[in-house]
Amino acid sequence: MESVKKSPGFFAAIKKNLRFARSQLLIPYALFLALFVVFPLLIILYYAFTDKSGAFTFKNFTNFFSDATAISVLLVSVGIAAVTTVVCLLLSYPVCYILARSNLKKKHVLLMLFVIPMWINFVLRINALREFLGMIGLLGLNDFANYFNTTLGMVFDYLPFMILPIYTTLIKMDKSLIEAAKDLGADNKTVFLKVTLPMSAPGIISGVTMVFMPTMTSYVISESLGLRKVIILGKLIDNYFTELHNWNMGSAIALVLLVIILVSMLITGQFKDKNLENRGAGLW
Amino acid sequence: MVKKSIKWIYLALVLLFLYTPLLLLIVYSFTNSDIVGNWQGFSFALYIRLFKNKEIMGMVRDTMVLALLAATVSTILGTLGAIGLFYSKKRTASVVEYVSNIPLVNTEIVTAVSLALLFSLLSGRSYFSLLTGHVVICVPFVVLSVMPKLKQMDPHLYEAALDLGATPARAMFKIVLPEILPGIIAGFMLAVTLSLDDYIVTAFTAPEGFDTISTYVYNAVKTPRNDLPALRALSALIFVAIILIVLGFNLIKTKNDTKQRSEK
Repeated sequence: MESVKKSPGFFAAIKKNLRFARSQLLIPYALFLALFVVFPLLIILYYAFTDKSGAFTFKNFTNFFSDATAISVLLVSVGIAAVTTVVCLLLSYPVCYILARSNLKKKHVLLMLFVIPMWINFVLRINALREFLGMIGLLGLNDFANYFNTTLGMVFDYLPFMILPIYTTLIKMDKSLIEAAKDLGADNKTVFLKVTLPMSAPGIISGVTMVFMPTMTSYVISESLGLRKVIILGKLIDNYFTELHNWNMGSAIALVLLVIILVSMLITGQFKDKNLENRGAGLW
Repeated sequence: MVKKSIKWIYLALVLLFLYTPLLLLIVYSFTNSDIVGNWQGFSFALYIRLFKNKEIMGMVRDTMVLALLAATVSTILGTLGAIGLFYSKKRTASVVEYVSNIPLVNTEIVTAVSLALLFSLLSGRSYFSLLTGHVVICVPFVVLSVMPKLKQMDPHLYEAALDLGATPARAMFKIVLPEILPGIIAGFMLAVTLSLDDYIVTAFTAPEGFDTISTYVYNAVKTPRNDLPALRALSALIFVAIILIVLGFNLIKTKNDTKQRSEK
C-alpha cells in the first residue's frame, strides 16, 4: 500500500501491465505445445516425404499402398476396429438405457462399476484377461482364436469408453419430449426410434470415435492376446521404428493415420470442448 | 416383473464380463502356483515374494514418482494455460485450443513416434524425454478440466477485487484460484491416472532400462525371466486399491452434491 502513496502513476502502470499478464499466462503452454506437439508432427511430415538420404520422395506412400502385407494389416486393423466398435455399441446401449431410465437413487454408483476399469492400468487388465483365456484354454488355440481373443480384448478394454458418453447424453435428455411423443400417440418402439435414438446420436458418435480410432493401433492388446500373430497398424508402425529402423516408412504410415483421425474428427465435430470432455475430463 | 429381471440379469452379465478376469486374478493371488487355475491352497507366498522383490518394488516406486511428477508439471502448465486461454483474444485462443486438442484425439502411437523422432534430434532418450512425453499426454486433460470452472466463474469477482485494491496477483490467488480449484484437483487426478495407464509413449521415450508398471508387465509376459506370479499379487493389489479409491471418491462426491442441493 505504501507504493500507492509514493507514486500512484507507477502503480497504475504496473496494474495495467499485470492485467495484461492474464493472457500472457498462456505463453508457457503455447511454447510447450509448439515444441512438443506441433514441431514433432512436422518432423513426422519431413520423414514421411523423404528417403534415407533426405531427398524428397512420395515412395514411402506408394510403397505402403502397393505392399500386399501392409494392405492386409490395414484391412485387419479396420476389421478388428469395426467389429469391436459394433460389439461395444450393441453391448453398451442397453446398459446405458436401462441405467438412465431406472428409478434407482444410486444409479451413479452403479454406472461407476461399469466405467471403473478406465482407471485401472490397461496392461494389467489385459494381462488378467490373458490368464483367464489361458485357464479356459482359448489362448493360442488356433488362428481364429488369436483374432477372436484380440477382438475380445479390445471390447474388454474399450467398453467403458462407449458407455460413458452414451450414458451422459441419455441422462441429460429432456424427458418431457418422450412424454410429448407418447401423448401424441407414439408407441414405445416409435418413441425409441424417433426420439431417444436420434437424441443420443452425439453420445454414440463420441463413443464410436473413442473406440474405433484407438482399436486400430492398440497393439499391446493384439500382441498379448493374439500371441504376436495378429498384426495391426500400431504394431506395423512400431516395427518400422524399433525393428526395421526405417523411420521414413514408419512416419509415412503415422501420417496416413493422423490424417484419417483429423479428418474424421472434423467431420464428426469431435473438436468441440463438450465432446472432448467425454474423453475422461468429467470423470473425477 | 419378468422384463425387469431380464434387465438386471443383462447388467449383471456385462459386469461379469468386465470383472471375471480381475476377480480371478485376485483369487489366484492367494495361492502359491505359477498359473491361474491351479489352486495350491491358501497362501500369502506371492505377496511375500512381491514385497521381497527389489526390482519390482523399485519399478513400482519409479512409476509412482513419474506419475506424480508428470501430474504436477501438467497441472501447473495446464492451469496457467487454461487461465491464459480464457483471457486471450478469441483468435489466439482458438488456434492454441485446436493444437491443445491434438494429443487428445491423436492415437498414442503417433504422439509417441513424433516424440521419439524429436528426442532423437535433441538429446536422445532420458528421464527428461520420458517426463515430457507423459506431460504431453496429460496436460490437455488438465486444460479441459479447468476450462469449465473458469467459464462458470462470475467475471465480476476478479474486477471487484481489483477495484477494492487487490493486486492482480493477489486477486488471482484469492479469487480465481479458489473458484477453479475443483477443476485443478480433477485435472491432477486425471493426469496421475493417465500417466499410470500409459504404455506406448513410455515405450518410445523412456531411457534404456527404465520400466513403468505397464512396460514391465508387458515385457515380463514376452520374456518369462521375471517373477510373473508375484506380478499377479501386484495386479490384485492395484485392482482392489483403484476400485476402492474411485468408489469412495464418488460416494463422497455424491454425498456432497446432494448436501449442497438440499442446502439450496
